[in-house]
Parts: sequence; C-alpha cells; structure tokens
Amino acid sequence: MPEAIFGAIEAGMIYAIMALGVYLSFRILDFPDLTVDGSFVTGAATAAILIVNGYHPLIATLAAVAAGFIAGAITGLLHTKGGINPLLAGILMMIALYSINLRIMGKPNLPLLREETVITGINNIWESIGLNGLFGSILNAIGLGDVLPSTWGVLIVMLIVTLCIKFLLDIFLRTEIGLALRATGDNEGMVHSFAANTKNMKVLGLAISNALVALSGALIAQYNGFSDAGMGIGMIVIGLASVIIGEAIFGHKTIVRATLAVIGGAIIYRIIIALAMRVPFLETGDMKLITALIVIIALILPRFINKLQEKQRKRKRLAELQAGNGGENFASN
Amino acid sequence: MLQINKVNKIFNEGTPDEKMALSNIQLQLKKGDFVTIIGSNGAGKSTLMNIVSGKIFPDTGNVQIAGIDTTTMPEHKRAHYIGRVFQDPMAGTAPNMTIEENLAIAYNRTKTRTLRLGTSKKRRDFLCDQLATLHLGLENRLQAKVGLLSGGERQALSLLMATFTEPKILLLDEHTAALDPSRAELVTQLTKEIVEMHNLTTLMVTHNMQQALNLGNRLIMMDKGQIIFESDETEKQNLTVEKLMTEFQRIRGTQFMSDRALLA
Ligand SMILES: Nc1ncnc2c1ncn2[C@@H]1O[C@H](COP(=O)(O)OP(=O)(O)O)[C@@H](O)[C@H]1O
Ligand SMILES: [Mg+2]
Repeated sequence: MPEAIFGAIEAGMIYAIMALGVYLSFRILDFPDLTVDGSFVTGAATAAILIVNGYHPLIATLAAVAAGFIAGAITGLLHTKGGINPLLAGILMMIALYSINLRIMGKPNLPLLREETVITGINNIWESIGLNGLFGSILNAIGLGDVLPSTWGVLIVMLIVTLCIKFLLDIFLRTEIGLALRATGDNEGMVHSFAANTKNMKVLGLAISNALVALSGALIAQYNGFSDAGMGIGMIVIGLASVIIGEAIFGHKTIVRATLAVIGGAIIYRIIIALAMRVPFLETGDMKLITALIVIIALILPRFINKLQEKQRKRKRLAELQAGNGGENFASN
Repeated sequence: MLQINKVNKIFNEGTPDEKMALSNIQLQLKKGDFVTIIGSNGAGKSTLMNIVSGKIFPDTGNVQIAGIDTTTMPEHKRAHYIGRVFQDPMAGTAPNMTIEENLAIAYNRTKTRTLRLGTSKKRRDFLCDQLATLHLGLENRLQAKVGLLSGGERQALSLLMATFTEPKILLLDEHTAALDPSRAELVTQLTKEIVEMHNLTTLMVTHNMQQALNLGNRLIMMDKGQIIFESDETEKQNLTVEKLMTEFQRIRGTQFMSDRALLA
C-alpha cells in the first residue's frame, strides 16, 4: 500500500508538468486546448525513438520539448490565422498527431527496457552519492524503513525539476510578455488597445503549454519504460482534473499559489487513482471513467455548495425576521 | 496630428441590411485639439472612432496620425499612437489581474514587450505616482484585482491607463455614459485635467450636450453618417444647448429626437 502511494507521488510529480501546461492553456489563456492528448505522446515518442537510436536521454528529452512546442504553435496558428474554433483546432491537431506519433515511433509501442534513460541516470547518480543509505536510516529510525522503496532519487529530482518549472512559469507570467499573455485570456479587446498582438500571444502560450505537456510525456515514457501510441488518451481530462482538484483544495488567489496548487492536484489525482486501483471490482480500464467522474463532480460541486449556502443564508434571514430583530437589519441595509 | 480624409464606410454592402455608416467624412485635428462629438444614436460616432483606432477599416478614404498613413495598419500596431477609453467600464481593464499589472500592461503600449519583469521596483514607484494623480486612493491598493473596483474606479483607472503614456491621439467613446451622475462628474473632471496636463489631441463622443459644450475647444455634430455641423474655438464659446438644438432642426428639418440627447 505505501509502495503504491509512493509510486503515485513519483508519477504525480511528472504528470504535474503536464498539468501546468494544461493550466496555462485552460486557465491563463482561457483556451480549451485538446492538442494535449496528442502532444503528450509526441513527447514520449520523440524521446523514445531518439533514446533507442542511441542519443543521450537529455538531448532526446529536449527534442521532445521542441516537438511539443511546435505542435502547440500549429494549433495556435490554426486558430488565429486559420480562424478555426479553439476546440476544433485542438481536436484536429490531436488526430493529426496520432498518425504523426505512429510515424515517429515506427510502431505502436516502443519499449525502453534496457536503455539508458533520464530515470536510470538519476538512479545511478543517486546510487553513487549514496544518499539512499541516509534516507533509509532516517526512515528506519522513525520505524518506516521496511515499507518504503529503496530509492528516493527519482522522487526528489522530479520534485526539484517540477518546482523549477513552476518557478520559471511564475516568473514568465510576470514579464512584460507574460502579462500581455495573461491579459489576452482575461480581456482580449483591452490587450489590442495596449498594442499587443493577441494572436501571437495565443500561439506562444499554446506552444509553451504543449512543450510542457511533451516534456511530461517524454519523462513518463522513460519512467514507465515504454512509449505507446495510446498513452495520451484522455490526458487532457487528467490535466483538467489535476487543475480543478488542486485549485479546489489549495486555492488559486495568485499565480504562484495556483501553480503550486496544480502540482498538488496532479499528485492527489494520482493517489486517488492508485487507491481506486485497489478496489477489488475496478479494473485498469475503468480509470478513465473515474477520471471523468472526478472532473464532473469537481465542476458540479461548487455550484451545488453555493446554492446550499444561499439557501442557508435565506433561511437564517427569515429566522431573524421572525424573531423580530430583522426589521432593523433590513432598514440599515 | 489627426487627418481623416473622405472616409466612407458601408456595413453589409449589397444586402437588405446595407447601412451607410460613414459618408465622406473629412476631419482634421491639430496638436492639442480637443473635439467633442455629439449626435443621435446610430449617427456613426462609434464607427468613426473605430476607423481611427483600426478596429474597422474604411471602404474608401484614408486616416493619418502624426503624418503617418495608418489607413491599413492593424489595430494593435496603431495602438502605439492611440489611447482609448470605452463606454463599458469592464472593457478597458483586465479584471483578474491586479491594478499594478494592468498599469504595467498600459506602460508597454508604446514599447516592444520583452522578457523583463513587468512590475519592477522602479516601475512600481512610477506607476504609484501616476495612480496618486487620480486622488482615489488606488495607489494603496496596487495588489487588488481590478475586478473588485467599482465602475467609476475602473473607468478612472482606464482613463489613466490610456493617457499616462501620452498617446498622439486620445479616443473617448461615451466613457462616462455607464456611470452614475456623481461618478460621471468625477471622470469628466479627471478627463479635463489629464487632457490639459498632457496637452492631448482628443476625440470625445458624448451624449451629454452640456458636457460637449463644457469640454474641449471644438465641437462637431453627426447625423446619418455625416458631419452636419462644426464649430471652431471661437464659435464654440458662444454655443448653448438651445442653439445646438435649433441648429440641428434647421439643418435636418426635424426635431432632435434622441431621448438621450434630450435628457442631457
Ligand atoms: N459592425 C457593424 N455591422 C453592421 N452595422 C453596424 C456595425 N457597427 C455599426 N453598425 C451600424 O452603423 C450605424 C452607426 O453605428 P454607430 O457608429 O455605432 O453609431 P453611434 O453614433 O450611436 O455610435 C448604426 O446604424 C449601426 O447599426
Ligand atoms: Mg456609439
């Protein structure tokens, strides 16, 4: 059980990068970008094929980021220059990428089992500096030694990488370009009147968003040890679930807070799925249904709670009135 | 500073909805001219503003700003020369961003945007000083989201954002119309001060005839896509609401029927 949760946190940290990308398109640009399902696999496929062909895993991963950037930019151009509606532009790109991803890999599934990857690299370095022993003995001291995994490298390095990306994204969104990009999602007409090209902002935002998604895909492929043409199905909904769960639990008053919340949301989502997998009658194939349910509940619940609160307020007001002290209240209002 | 030459604009040309929105418009503003525009609903006032700002393009004719032909220049490029305040207080600001961030976006109107921080310490001081000129206490609320401000505060902020970078042309399209009378008075007063301070070349549409007479050094009246009456600096000083109404009647042979104009 703790083993499964640990794995969920590890994977959640990597999926969080994808969720940050979804946050950028959905929340900042207010652009429901479905390219994600395709660009996630594009990242995985690009990294996998390069690794299999002997390229350094870091170079392979960087190439994946570039591929995602291009894919996002094309979606942006389809919308801004081609005048195609945002949802349709994303869907078209997603479908096109499915074929492109197959072409990149040459076959539907590309295993990375005995390959040198970023993940094996992290583990090797971690091993060589001998930090596992340190962590192990700390955990032993508090009596958790035998239930937790033997290596912490991936978790800690991924935590650092993801936080760095969050930090860079926070800063970017405060630059002159970043501010114009945020305003584009907030009030497009206003941005025009202050001499920024909202079309370019959208293309740039979608490119960065999908670059992050592809990076996440590339790392997940190396983490899982394979790239698969179908691994992106429903990824946009997973990203959305992470964003919504994170915002609901950790709040989103400022950008800095919201991006942290999205990372938290991605991890919590993975934990929920890991727990759901242990429910005896649920199968792996049910997870997409569960993801959809999580998003539906997360979307409906706030409205439901609002209504409930309003009802309570009204009832309280009524009670006050009947108790005879409400008249003054009304008068003073 | 601004030159509008023989501009025509027809909407929905060749359809039953065809509408001559602007017809042979000719207008010149010298540096520092402040022209108020009145006219009934549908006269083409907003269309004229949109032609200047580049939101729409004329069918024929041309527009020059500071000697540069901007007739076909896209809206966001032309915005380097133009400050705008819209009728809707929601239109000129980004509600989910802070006051400081909104001002930072406005600050970049005349510049190329880079990866420098939009809100550095030095810039913050400058923006704070600008905000203080509004006397609304907004300089103490730099980190407040603009969506939390009242309509009047938002419109005052919009006005500041459009003007502190000293645009070549300032376009105000009924920017006080959506406010209650006291707030409208405040924004009108601010408009007067700011335009005078920067000596801005300004086009202001208003449905309030008195406001049109009080502000600015020139006045034009529009109807059915045409400029039907113009008064220069000396004529304007002797104008009254009654004289304007009679003038309209004389030219058009009908009562000035816009209820909004009558209310004014
Ligand atoms: N984008 C448009 N498409 C079609 N007709 C328009 C458009 N914009 C304005 N019009 C029409 O042009 C005429 C002038 O409108 P406008 O300039 O908004 O008048 P106003 O003087 O009240 O600001 C109106 O009859 C209006 O219906
Ligand atoms: Mg109008």
